[in-house]
Amino acid sequence: MTASNPVITPSITLATAKRILTQLRHDPRTIVMLLLVPSLLMTLLRFVFNNELLFSRIAPALLGVFPFVIMFLIASVTTLRERTTATLERLMTMPIAKLDLILGYAIAFGTIAVLQVGIATGVSLLWLGLDVVGSVWTLLLIAVLDALLGMALGLLVSAFATSEFQAIQFMPLFVLPQFLLCGLLQPRDQMGWLLNWLSDLMPLSYAVEALTQVTRSAEFTGTLARDLLVVTGCVLVALVLGAATLRRRTP
Amino acid sequence: MTNSAVLVRGLRVVRGGRPVLRDIGFEVPRGSVTGLLGPSGCGKTTLMRAIVGVQIVESGQVDVLGLPAGDPALRHRIGYSTQNPAIYADLTVTEALRYFASVLKAPSSDVGRVITEVDLQAQANQLVGSLSGGQRGRASLAVALLGSPELLVLDEPTVGLDPVLRDDLWALFHRIAKAGTTLLVSSHVMDEAARCDRLLLMREGIILADDTPGGLRARTEKDDLEQAFLHLVRTEAAA
Repeated sequence: MTASNPVITPSITLATAKRILTQLRHDPRTIVMLLLVPSLLMTLLRFVFNNELLFSRIAPALLGVFPFVIMFLIASVTTLRERTTATLERLMTMPIAKLDLILGYAIAFGTIAVLQVGIATGVSLLWLGLDVVGSVWTLLLIAVLDALLGMALGLLVSAFATSEFQAIQFMPLFVLPQFLLCGLLQPRDQMGWLLNWLSDLMPLSYAVEALTQVTRSAEFTGTLARDLLVVTGCVLVALVLGAATLRRRTP
Repeated sequence: MTNSAVLVRGLRVVRGGRPVLRDIGFEVPRGSVTGLLGPSGCGKTTLMRAIVGVQIVESGQVDVLGLPAGDPALRHRIGYSTQNPAIYADLTVTEALRYFASVLKAPSSDVGRVITEVDLQAQANQLVGSLSGGQRGRASLAVALLGSPELLVLDEPTVGLDPVLRDDLWALFHRIAKAGTTLLVSSHVMDEAARCDRLLLMREGIILADDTPGGLRARTEKDDLEQAFLHLVRTEAAA
């Protein structure tokens, strides 16, 4: 005799998101850093180039990359903390579905991501002279998806880390190769076939391509739509895989 | 269907290639306070984890409230408190309890009730991370009391508490049991044994004795339960 076991209970998912945001609220320094560090980096970048044209070429991609990196780190460390302290074990004895927990994290960090990206984009457009030919809303949407992608990958890889040291090291392992191959440092079609193929496998490549498209053209092209779908798909797959890594029974 | 709250038969658990529970069997009667006693490392926590359904077991049967351990239907019927406080350090006591209450769909009035039960009214709005070890342990215990669990599995709930608080908590356990809830409470301090209705004495992955404190005293002819335990260990070693 087994009771029905819902895949998601919205009230529990939302309670989880609220709990994670409340935890953050008790750590104001983290909130300030989450909200302002990408804007600070964009400002720094603007003065490194000291040239609006050059800045406008590279800035959109970085509007996606910075939140991607930050959310990856934050998500992997916080979920690892939940896994290594007994709170996850306790939750697993309670009527919470694995997806409730993972989506709770996604909603909480998604909210932070929207604010983070909104501020960084606003600062770049208003004060740093970023010029976007396409829709600003599409730009915002892609950047938020990038942050969510970083969060979802962070959640997923935290399952394979047994200590904070390992979790932090997953950043250079999973994030920096994507950064090197995403087309920002060298156009992807100028890479050798192997690197080009690897680049095709990496979700960040599609995110950066979409960001570049939306800055340069007002048209909503098929490539842009495909890129958005790929990134969204990767976010969802990583979240579902992240939920699958949670175990009610452990050795 | 059984009348016992917990029924364990032939339970074997292996952790890291080492047998931790070796063919264990016992029953816990409903509405009682059963003490699970034994030295640190004898398998108490593993046994409790098997009962709440978070332990991978090698073989054997564990039935809880008439269902196999780990059944989804049991998730709001069991309260479990781990040995290390399992409660968010970066929330206040009230916030943390409110979260667990919403996961359990327990009424919000429960939060105030359990805070009073573990005597943390003065710390209700303090961050869990800023509490003393004993207070943190009680905050974690409070989570297990949320809702109306039919079985409470408490792993070393009284560690590090001063004698007055320990006494209060044992009084609370008996009050809860009187209302019909079954409690399984572990401890490595033998002087807590006398406070239980029934005792399960464990050593190195086996149950040495399953008896009432009175029965144990009579059987070993020792008044002191610690001496009774030692007597059992020595007769076992001699056999």
